[in-house]
Amino acid sequence: MASLKELKGRINSVKSTQKITKAKQMVAAAKLRKAQAAAEAARPYAARLAEVMASLAGKVSGDSAPKLLAGTGSDQRHLLVVVNTDKGLCGGLNSNIVKEAKAQARALIAAGKSVEFFLVGRKGRAPIRRDFADQIGGGFDTSTVRDPGFAEAEAIASELIAKFESGSFDVAHLIFAEFKSALAQDPLTQQLIPVPAPATASESGAVVEYEPGEEEILEELLPRYVKTQIFGALLEIAASEQGASMTAMDNATRNAGELIDKLTIQYNRSRQAAITTELVEIIAGAEAL
Amino acid sequence: MALHFELVTPEKLVRSEDVHMVVVPGTEGEFGVLEGHAPFMSTIRDGAVQVWKTEGGAPEEIQVRGGFAEVGDNGLTVLAEHVEG
Repeated sequence: MASLKELKGRINSVKSTQKITKAKQMVAAAKLRKAQAAAEAARPYAARLAEVMASLAGKVSGDSAPKLLAGTGSDQRHLLVVVNTDKGLCGGLNSNIVKEAKAQARALIAAGKSVEFFLVGRKGRAPIRRDFADQIGGGFDTSTVRDPGFAEAEAIASELIAKFESGSFDVAHLIFAEFKSALAQDPLTQQLIPVPAPATASESGAVVEYEPGEEEILEELLPRYVKTQIFGALLEIAASEQGASMTAMDNATRNAGELIDKLTIQYNRSRQAAITTELVEIIAGAEAL
Repeated sequence: MALHFELVTPEKLVRSEDVHMVVVPGTEGEFGVLEGHAPFMSTIRDGAVQVWKTEGGAPEEIQVRGGFAEVGDNGLTVLAEHVEG
């Protein structure tokens, strides 16, 4: 049985933990709204770009298609771009993403392909290094900025495209968490390079004139599309982080509350027991006289 | 009697409005878009998009960098990576 003083100390320590988790929960709730708004604001651009890409990719195909669309003709070397958060306190989000990444890597290795990782975000580095220390080919640090934005997406995309053009990998997949709701964020794997040929849009029948030419436009569009994909992943992960954090912190706050209640009951009981013992001793002493 | 003009960046929808005419700095030269323009697509160079709200009015200039313009049945859409101002 813990002494009264020890119990009091534990209650106080759980109370201060609860204060922290409660604060973090409220911060996450406020940030979630912002992150969701940012994700929504990015949608029109992505949708338009995908539309245009679809209509162009249908026209430009075969030998004249740029490398980013057609691929290198082989699928031996895979690059997994894993996007994690920079901060913890968000439940199982990062471990779910890492689990997905490791599963993908194992499946590829089992199929006889070689795998390399490109890590974005701080929280994925340690767990992936533990299993695939030699396969980590590079990474991008997003912890230096508060909200990773389009500038970061641009930097990541240009690094990846440079790697692709120098021939260091054939296929790149993007692994991140898709934000469904504050309760659900699902890890998702998306093909990034070569750009998956979008479902050809139904032609409106109108003859579109291109300037300079279809191929030139497509060539300029593809890197942009990759950038947008990465930007989308960054936004999704930001929203997921806040959502997961909110849920995890809500649970933590509730658990702390339950623990405090339990400890308080225990504290009161042992205090009462001490008082009773003391009383019995006094009465017994008085009777003995 | 108006051209629907949309200016979109990855971060947000900057403009969505009905205007009289827009002059876009295309890679192969500037081009003006009025209502009923034929379907057209062009990459753009860094420069100013000029927006005429009304005929004869003063144009409003928006600096854009990197992107392309698309003219379709539903008007003109400029997708730009960066917009200043």
